[in-house]
Amino acid sequence: MAQIFAYILHSDGVLDDTALELLAAAKKIDASADVTAIVTGKGIDDVCGKVAESYKTVWKIDNDAISYPNAEVIRKALVNILPSDAIVLMAHDTFGMDLGPGLSIKLDSAFAADVVDIEGVDGNTLKLIRQEFSGQASTHVDCDISTGAIINVRPGVFAPSGGQAGEVVDKSGELGDLSAKRKFIEILEAEAGEVDITKSEVLVSVGRGIEDEDNIEMVFELAEAMGADVSCSRPIVDAKWLEKARQVGTSGKTVKPKVYMALGISGSFQHLGGLKGNPFIVAVNKNPKAPIFQVADVGVEADILEFIPELAEKIQEL
Amino acid sequence: MEILVCVKRVPDTAENEIEINSEGNDIERDDLVYSVNEWDNYAVEEAIQLVDEHGGSVTVITVGDDESEEVLRREMAMGAENGILLSDDAFEGSDGRGIAAILKAAVEKGNYDLILTGAQADEGYAQVGGMLAAMLDYPYASLVNMIKPGDGKLKIGREIEGGNQEVNEIELPCVLSIQTGINEPRYVGIRGIRKVASVDIPTMGASDLGLDAGSVGQGAARVRRLDYFVPEMGEGAEMLEGSTEEIIDKLIELLKSKGGIK
Ligand SMILES: Cc1cc2nc3c(=O)[nH]c(=O)nc-3n(C[C@H](O)[C@H](O)[C@H](O)COP(=O)(O)OP(=O)(O)OC[C@H]3O[C@@H](n4cnc5c(N)ncnc54)[C@H](O)[C@@H]3O)c2cc1C
Ligand SMILES: Nc1ncnc2c1ncn2[C@@H]1O[C@H](COP(=O)(O)O)[C@@H](O)[C@H]1O
Repeated sequence: MAQIFAYILHSDGVLDDTALELLAAAKKIDASADVTAIVTGKGIDDVCGKVAESYKTVWKIDNDAISYPNAEVIRKALVNILPSDAIVLMAHDTFGMDLGPGLSIKLDSAFAADVVDIEGVDGNTLKLIRQEFSGQASTHVDCDISTGAIINVRPGVFAPSGGQAGEVVDKSGELGDLSAKRKFIEILEAEAGEVDITKSEVLVSVGRGIEDEDNIEMVFELAEAMGADVSCSRPIVDAKWLEKARQVGTSGKTVKPKVYMALGISGSFQHLGGLKGNPFIVAVNKNPKAPIFQVADVGVEADILEFIPELAEKIQEL
Repeated sequence: MEILVCVKRVPDTAENEIEINSEGNDIERDDLVYSVNEWDNYAVEEAIQLVDEHGGSVTVITVGDDESEEVLRREMAMGAENGILLSDDAFEGSDGRGIAAILKAAVEKGNYDLILTGAQADEGYAQVGGMLAAMLDYPYASLVNMIKPGDGKLKIGREIEGGNQEVNEIELPCVLSIQTGINEPRYVGIRGIRKVASVDIPTMGASDLGLDAGSVGQGAARVRRLDYFVPEMGEGAEMLEGSTEEIIDKLIELLKSKGGIK
C-alpha cells in the first residue's frame, strides 16, 4: 500500500477542523496506515507539535517563500519531496481547489475532488463516493491509485479522528527551487454590511428560487413579521439583489441562528458550510428531492412565490 | 490580449429536477434543459470586457458532441469572436485529465495570452483549469473574482473563505478559473443568437490535434463514475402535509415553539 499523506491547514497557529477529518478519511482508505501529515509555512514548530499529537509522522516544511500558502509555490515543494505513488489527502476548500488539480498532473497521479465518502481499496482501485449537480445525485467512483492519487475531501463530512502521537521530521532542506510566476500580495477583508447576520437568532434566507429581484420585497415582509433578519445564498449576491454581507456559506458568513428558514435554496455544501450551531431548519422548496430536505428539520414542498406572502400574512395576523 | 475561454454544456440545474433513471446508470436526459455552465458565462463576460478595454480577441472552445455547438454559438452571441468545437468519439468518457489534455493540444495550435475556465462545472470537480495550466507549465490561479491587466502580467483577486479576497500578481500567459459574481454576464436575446447562427465553427478531432486517441477517453481515464444513486436521506426533514392553510398553521406553531417568531 502506498504511503498516505494529509496536507494540514492552519492559520495563526490554530489547526483547521479538517486536520483531524483527513486522518479519519485516511483510515477509511487503510485502517492500519501510518499517515504522514504535511505542515507548511514559516515558524511552524508549535503547529507541527500540535499535529504530532495525532499523526505518526509530521513533515515540517518551513520556508520564507511559503509564509503565506501560495499554492503554486507549495506545489513545487511537494513535487520535490513526495514519492511518486503517494496518496495525498487535502480539504476541498479554496486552497485545495488551487493546489490539487495541478499537483496531480505534476506527480502524474489520479485526482478526485469533493469526495464525501471512502469505501476502501480494492487492489489498485480506491472506491469513492461523490456528488454531482450540486448534490442532486450521488455517484460511486473508481479511482486508479497505481501511480498515486490526490484526493480532495469535502470539509465537514468525516468525523474528526484521534490518533497516536508521533514525531516531527524536518523536510525544509529538500524543497529545491521555489521560484514561481504567481506572487501573493495581500488579503483584502470582506466589507461589513448594514446587518450583521452572524449575530441573528432567526434568519429568513432566500435563494435562487425567488426568481426575480422584485420578489425580494416579500422576503423582507416575512422577516419583519417574524422579527428575523434576511440572509441569502450566493446567486442572490452574484445578481446584486442583496449585499454580500448577507450571504451565508463558505465564501460568505458563518451564521449560528436558532432558527434558519431556507426559501428556494437547494442546499449545496458551500451554502450549508456557513450554517453552524445546529439550528432548527425549515426548508421550503418546490423540488421534493432538493438536498436541503436532507438536512432540514421540517420541510414544505411549495412554490415560495405563493407560500411566502401567505405565511407572512398569517403571522402578521397573530 | 488573445483570450481563450473553455466552456461546457451542462444540464441546467436551476431549471431541472435531476432524476436518476431506473437502471441507475444515468440521469433522465429526455426532458433536460441544457445550457452553458453558469461559471463559464462569467468567464466569457470577463474576457469580452478585457478585450473591449485592452484590445485583442476572444475565442470560446469546448470538448463535446455536436449539440455542444449551441453553447459556443450562445457565447459568440455574447461577443466572443471565434468558436472551436473539439469532438471525436475517442474523447468520450474522458476524465478531467483527459479533457485538459485535449484542451492543451488545442491551446498549442493557437497563440493565447490568457486562458479562462469556470471555477467548476456540473460534476463539481473544479479541476480542468488547474490541470490544463500544469500541463502547459503556465501559472494558475483558481476562483478569480478580479482581473486588472498590467505589463506582461495581471493583478488578480482570488475569492477565499469568508468572502475575503487574496490579491496576487501573475505572469502571462496564464490560466485562471473564474468565480461567479466577478461581473454581470450580459443578456443574450434571440436576435443575438440569430446573428451568429451561420458563422462557421471549426471542429477538430484527435488526429487534427495530433492526439494519440489512447491517451484520452474512457480507456485512459483514471477516475471513473460507476453509477448514479440517491443517497440515504438520513433522518431527513419531516415534511408538512395538508392544505396550504394547515401547513402554515403547523409551521407557525413549530416556529413559535423554537423561538422563530418574536
Ligand atoms: C468556491 C465556491 C464557494 C461558494 N460559496 C458559496 C457560499 O458561500 N454560499 C452559497 O450559498 N453558495 C456558494 N457557492 C455556490 C454553491 O455551489 C451553489 O451554486 C449555490 O449555493 C446555489 O444557490 P441556491 O441554492 O440559491 O440556487 P440553486 O442551487 O439554483 O437552487 C435553487 C432552488 O430553488 C428551488 N426553487 C426554484 N424555484 C422555486 C420556487 N418558485 N419555489 C420554491 N422553490 C423553488 C429549486 O428547486 C432549487 O432547489 C460557492 C461555490 C463555489 C464553487
Ligand atoms: N468538456 C469541456 N470542454 C471545455 N471546457 C471544459 C469542459 N469541462 C470542463 N471545462 C472547463 O473547466 C471548468 C471547470 O470544470 P470541472 O473541472 O469539470 O469542474 C469549466 O467551467 C470549463 O471552463
